Amino acid sequence: MYNDNNAQTIVEYIKNFTRKNSLFMLAYGTGCGAIELPATLTSRYDAERLGVRGAATPRQADLLLITGYLSTKTLKRVIRVYEQMQDPKYVIGFGSCTINGGMYWDSYNTIKLLDKYIPVDVYINGCMPRPESVIAGFKELQRLIAEGKADGATKYKENLDWYRENQKKVLKNWPLVEYNW
Amino acid sequence: MNTILFQLSGALATILLAFTVGMFYGGIRRKIIARIQNRVGPPIYQNFLDVIKLYSKDTSIHHGAMQHMGPVFAITASITSLMFIPVLNGDGWFWFKNLNFSGDLIFLVYMMVFGSLGMALGAGQTGNPNSAIGVTRGLSQMVGYEIPFVMSMVALMAQFHTTSITGLMNIQMQENTWLMFSNPFAFIAAVLAMLGMFHYSPFDIVHAPAEVASGPVSEFGGKYLGLMMSSGSIFAFVKLTLFVDVFMGGAANLIELVIKTFALYLIPVLYGVVSPRYRTEQAITYFWKWPLFFGILAILWASF
Repeated sequence: MYNDNNAQTIVEYIKNFTRKNSLFMLAYGTGCGAIELPATLTSRYDAERLGVRGAATPRQADLLLITGYLSTKTLKRVIRVYEQMQDPKYVIGFGSCTINGGMYWDSYNTIKLLDKYIPVDVYINGCMPRPESVIAGFKELQRLIAEGKADGATKYKENLDWYRENQKKVLKNWPLVEYNW
Repeated sequence: MNTILFQLSGALATILLAFTVGMFYGGIRRKIIARIQNRVGPPIYQNFLDVIKLYSKDTSIHHGAMQHMGPVFAITASITSLMFIPVLNGDGWFWFKNLNFSGDLIFLVYMMVFGSLGMALGAGQTGNPNSAIGVTRGLSQMVGYEIPFVMSMVALMAQFHTTSITGLMNIQMQENTWLMFSNPFAFIAAVLAMLGMFHYSPFDIVHAPAEVASGPVSEFGGKYLGLMMSSGSIFAFVKLTLFVDVFMGGAANLIELVIKTFALYLIPVLYGVVSPRYRTEQAITYFWKWPLFFGILAILWASF
């Protein structure tokens, strides 16, 4: 956890410890992968023992879970949801579709690599990933948070122009307001 | 000067006690629910982690002035109510003597509503339709459970000719009995009203995440959510301690207080775990049937 090059202060350590053990998850479940989440959260696999619990709205959430493919229409909503969330925030790309388009590689209206539009911290591979893989993904995210490496939100702020350019390439009628932070 | 400092530090210690106890009770509730659903469940200190994380989050949402004041109203109401609750029997605890005066039970009945009203104002400012629905549900439900609660309190006040909590506690000490035996119908009505006060299932129509996206708090994130969680924990302690003071003879020391409040807390928790959610009109009519009947019985018992 500690090393000489990147020594964290005690406060940062405590913050990261609470952040990793208390993830309020907003599952963006328009793709087919959302069906794996009830099993992950309920009795059989019980993600709540890791501190993962569902959040009702983006304002309360720390973790955005994108399950499955994103069409250009739903991408607008994802960007809007992501920008409504409060820092520090994390994104998990769930399933092959968020990595390379998966079985929608040839589709005319789905995006292929999610990381070009919003910063993804952890990918969970598979089609579909089973609840075990989802929990492994949560564990990996917790490791990154503890090491202070899950800084997708900072990346998004610093490279906003690049992300906006990519977003506008697929969204012809730009639906969102322009921020000036 | 010294007395003021002692009072202030005592008040601070009381707030910390209420916060810690309420948070641990919330954690134990999550553990109980998990065990009943055959899960492992989060550790019982999970709520502390949640609150520390929420306080360390950025909060850059602005919908208007009232939105920032709503959570502050909620926690102000909780702490103000706490200051009027005698934590232990006798002369207070840890230098802190509660702000007792002769009409404090009537004052508390009003003060315990203030937090919900503040929240309603704050949630109304955000303009989220889910918040508006949640607020109307919450206020309707409050109309439901406040009536049996007030009736049972009025019955006690009429029966023992005192409107102060310490007065009721002194009567229990002198007569060496608990008021839940002196006026059992008032206790039943108050406990049934308490089910609604806690907003736990089956009366969680206000915060139903699947129906109205957590209702009034749907636009509140980060520090405001943390503030509301703290307020909720303190308020849970306030309600439980009030019931223990009024009906169960108060507590002589902290261990007795924890045992009694936890026994009382198990009622809404265990009732909630096995019950699905009511619809709004079902929740209100629930309170206007048996709890109201027991409230009327309590007043009759007090008069004759």
